[in-house]
Amino acid sequence: MAKKPGKAVAILKAAVKPKAGGKNGARRRIRAGDSDTKREVEQFLYWQAECLDDKRWQEFIDLFAVDGMYWMPASPEQTTGDGVPSIFWEDRDLMSVRLKRLGHPRAWSQKTAWGTNHVVANVIIEEESAGEIVARSRFHMMEFRNDSTRHFAGSYIHHLRRTKDGLRIKLQRVDMVNAQGPYEYVLQAWV
Amino acid sequence: MGVDLGLDLRKAVEPDRVHRGVYTDAGIFELEMERIFNKVWTYVGHESQVKNVGDYWTVQIGRQPMLMTRHSDRSVRVLYNRCPHRGALLYGDRSGNVGKSITCSYHSWQFDTDGTCKAIPLEKGYEGTRLSIANPDCSMKPAARVASYRGFVFASLADGGPSLLDWLGPAKVAFDDMCDRAPEGEVEVVPTCFRVIQNSNWKIFLENQLDALHPAVTHESTGRAAAAVEDEFKKNKKDAPLAYHFLSAFATPITSWDGFRTLGYRHGHCILTGYMGLRPRDPDTLAYERVMEKAYGKQRMEEILGVNIHHVLLYPGLSVQSALQQLRAVRPLGVDKTLTEIWHFRLKGAPEPIYRRALGYYNLVNSPSTMVNADDLWNFWKCHQGLSSNGGDWVSFHRNAGQDPEENGVVTSVIGTSEQPMRNQFRAWTEYMGTN
Repeated sequence: MAKKPGKAVAILKAAVKPKAGGKNGARRRIRAGDSDTKREVEQFLYWQAECLDDKRWQEFIDLFAVDGMYWMPASPEQTTGDGVPSIFWEDRDLMSVRLKRLGHPRAWSQKTAWGTNHVVANVIIEEESAGEIVARSRFHMMEFRNDSTRHFAGSYIHHLRRTKDGLRIKLQRVDMVNAQGPYEYVLQAWV
Repeated sequence: MGVDLGLDLRKAVEPDRVHRGVYTDAGIFELEMERIFNKVWTYVGHESQVKNVGDYWTVQIGRQPMLMTRHSDRSVRVLYNRCPHRGALLYGDRSGNVGKSITCSYHSWQFDTDGTCKAIPLEKGYEGTRLSIANPDCSMKPAARVASYRGFVFASLADGGPSLLDWLGPAKVAFDDMCDRAPEGEVEVVPTCFRVIQNSNWKIFLENQLDALHPAVTHESTGRAAAAVEDEFKKNKKDAPLAYHFLSAFATPITSWDGFRTLGYRHGHCILTGYMGLRPRDPDTLAYERVMEKAYGKQRMEEILGVNIHHVLLYPGLSVQSALQQLRAVRPLGVDKTLTEIWHFRLKGAPEPIYRRALGYYNLVNSPSTMVNADDLWNFWKCHQGLSSNGGDWVSFHRNAGQDPEENGVVTSVIGTSEQPMRNQFRAWTEYMGTN
């Protein structure tokens, strides 16, 4: 996918976190998402997780639409990443800074061996309409770094758009259950 | 003393070098808790964290669990977070509102927000004993001293010592510079606190804050990555948002860093002058300047916006970036473990884009996904590991040693990369430790 400069800060009202459970949620879940969509989305999520675990950063970025955003809120109550503190709130340009840094020969803290393993599951198609899909899922990520391990787990909400190149991410919301805890060291790559 | 190394503290700090045990010796760390952290003014929080009567935040001073509360007379109190009955913490969470009273979850002793005991259940059980509700031992113990400056609350666990203002000295500019930049002269906390743990001694972080020699080396990768994307914006005839410059400034070549200045004050406080060009001529800044001019008049506005500071370090526990409205509070957890609590603030009365500037820095440089501190923390851990080794006994602060001009208690640096700030910090350290 060709790289085009995105808007530096996109305002995405669509970022509202769907209420987990509840009558309406349950009804919508049953109605929306036939098994083909579900399978397609699952494959997409597994592929994205593999890009992270294999450190194929450019391919990871290319899964985002030109105006796509990667967002890890600072707290679960947040409904948008725009204008509020976030752990990540990155468009493709900022993602590209991260990519270039990770690959720089003197990104010193990259010298230690590290790797991650993501497991993505519990995929639920929340909504599907007019070429747009909202999917919820759960992830568990184990990171090995500097001879020790860390665990991060939580939920993803993917706002996906159908394009001629396949599904692309308009917004990925990442809520880690341990997002608000103290961080032993920091996060260098997307979760 | 020095339990582990049998180190004589008086010989551990020389004018231009420091013994590694000062960073790694658990016995010295205990002495630091007693002689420094249990005595100095420690930043507790901002008054706007406890807006309403009954609001509280838990916080650590030295290794003491403390509680900041808003009392019914609107004053901010700092109390030991400990029930006088059987010693349980009164709050195990980080923040909230006490409701009708501070109530212990163990046996329901109840306290007012100034710590006064209000009720003990089944009080007659104490009849004929030497304990009564009126006994001060039944109330929560307050911090020895509490004071605030422009909304920033500090507490000291010792009765004696300089007042907060005397202790801050000229370094109070940290809060003046931040608050003056608000058209209303005040800031308000944004209630998100990022917490990052460093596996290294607390002094390593403080020394790094004013170390103008490291950015071009440690942060070259991030500086260059951001500069490359800025170039792509330019090629597409667009301006990169100012936040990119927060990162690309690190690509400033090492030879340029001598052009900056550091100032050392009493009690180890220091300042590094600014280098990020935070007064651009874009429409957002110009609109902000119009609001500022209306609030202060042209001359005063120029004075305020002319202050050029990158960091103010309030030794031993606070690093303030006034022009970007953020701060990092340093909480030593152990000799090799340090917590930083990172906050940012809104300038009251300033237009939204000015807040977004602070937010951009908070998200990119100070959040747990930081591309900057990732490499600092890696260095800090490596320093602590190396200092724990037998590969050498001394840490060098020789750079421009003997060339620290001092006038009226203010030490200046001959060049930006002088290790004057570290020498100044150790001067305070030896005073606090009583080994000067």
